[in-house]
Amino acid sequence: MNITPLGDNALTVTFGNVISPELNDLVLAADAVINNSPFNGLIETVPAYSSISVFYDTRKIKARMDKSSSSFEIAKANIQSSLAGLVKVENKETEVIEIPISFAPEDAPDLELLADESGLTTAEQVIEIFLAQTYRVFMLGFLPGFSYLGEVDERIAMARKESPRTLVPRGSIGIAGRQTGIYSLDSPGGWQIIGRTEMEMFLPGEDPPTRLQAGDQVRFIRF
Amino acid sequence: MSLTLLSNGILTTVQDLGRYGARRYGINPGGAMDTKAVRLINILLGNDENEAVLEMHYPAPQIRFDEDVIFSLGGGEFGAALNDSPVGNWRPVFARKGDVLKFAEKRSGTRCYLALKGGFATEKWLGSAATNLKARMGGYQGRALKKDDILEYSEQETEDGSARQIPVTDHQFPFRVSFNLVPRYSAFPTVRVIPGAEYELLSEETRRGFVEQSFKIGLQSDRMGFRLAGKPLKLEKPHEFISSAVSFGTIQLLPDGQLIILMADHQTTGGYPRLAHIISEDLPLVGQLGANDGIGFHVVDINQAEDLVLDFERELNFLKLGVNLGAPASCRQ
Repeated sequence: MNITPLGDNALTVTFGNVISPELNDLVLAADAVINNSPFNGLIETVPAYSSISVFYDTRKIKARMDKSSSSFEIAKANIQSSLAGLVKVENKETEVIEIPISFAPEDAPDLELLADESGLTTAEQVIEIFLAQTYRVFMLGFLPGFSYLGEVDERIAMARKESPRTLVPRGSIGIAGRQTGIYSLDSPGGWQIIGRTEMEMFLPGEDPPTRLQAGDQVRFIRF
Repeated sequence: MSLTLLSNGILTTVQDLGRYGARRYGINPGGAMDTKAVRLINILLGNDENEAVLEMHYPAPQIRFDEDVIFSLGGGEFGAALNDSPVGNWRPVFARKGDVLKFAEKRSGTRCYLALKGGFATEKWLGSAATNLKARMGGYQGRALKKDDILEYSEQETEDGSARQIPVTDHQFPFRVSFNLVPRYSAFPTVRVIPGAEYELLSEETRRGFVEQSFKIGLQSDRMGFRLAGKPLKLEKPHEFISSAVSFGTIQLLPDGQLIILMADHQTTGGYPRLAHIISEDLPLVGQLGANDGIGFHVVDINQAEDLVLDFERELNFLKLGVNLGAPASCRQ
């Protein structure tokens, strides 16, 4: 566990530099621990793949504490003590969320390309491999409601485009390396687009404002 | 109680100090690029410092006040005039019904803020009035303002006398934010940074290149981020990072060796090396930059950065105190 400043009002706790469900479980456990007993000055936490960032208000931490240590040191010590003995919480039997996808050519502009690149003979094979698996939502980021899921079968993993598209339509499902993600809004983007869903991922009027949360299980089904 | 935009500005949005608690959903804090300007003029008017304001770029819109109102401008200096009589930044100004605020030229800075005493009547989204253009939420219908938009503002408290008893000459009240509180804006500031998580991965030579050269703010620069142009920097060895949270003021090193500074509308997460972070005290200086301005960096440690935050807060408390007492010596001209 490595803790570094993320500017003068935040820090990042890094558990590793790989994408793995085990590390992500630790991140989510840490997220729960920090938010269940928030320290004075805590603003918010941002769980990511294998790290969690903690934003805080320097003024609130320093106001009542010993002036000789920095807010960063105080926040770091706080987090270290609350994460001591952190164990991953047993995965609750989470419901698998089903997301319908269209693989029609207009919704899946990179499907043929991915089939070629991966050495598979048809787009249909790519689809079958993609649908065969249950994915974990590792984190949200990039756009309001954009979810990072994994891991994609190695046979259909593909690097992102060298030059991003200026517009990827909302609902598009892309592949980047062994990650897959759902564009929650129209956006520029460089992921290989293999399908599209009509399901809204960004729910601005609701709480929480996103369909998916880190830790959720997702299955894609053919629409 | 409302004001009307008589013309389009290039980018005018409702902002406040940002939306917190939603980064975990990919929703960035947004908010004003120059938060100090917003805090100063809100406090000057007796508002909550997080009250919604208009953030304007140049050319800025012409604005007609449809009822009496006290307002203040801060941040960039756009040559403002109320009915053709000049009004300066950082002071309360009294506008009568029908008065028109115009901006003649960009003299300094890139973003000028307009605060109203009592604030705008905005609907908050996730606790904030800031406009999130990408999500099309917050502020005024989630979008930038345009000609003919009408913004409601809160009932003014001018009738009870407190404000009207202060003599108004040429619309302006005879006091302003003291000079030591106003950021030292420059089109070519040297700003202080603290090292980022990947700073240590840079060679000695590259670190020197970061602090000894100056960079130009590129044309692809907006509320999301500023692309910098300079002699390319390189990492010792290519490094891949798993995406993690980034922040307003994070300086990332792109694969081509160039830098990007993440600004108010930055993405919540990123995977490029985090070279450094601009300290909170100096971030408003960066928030006033635009294409073709310059910037240099100076590395300090986190203790210094935090001390500067607290120093500014202390100064700000004097302003709050002064405003509560009705413009005493501490904020008189």
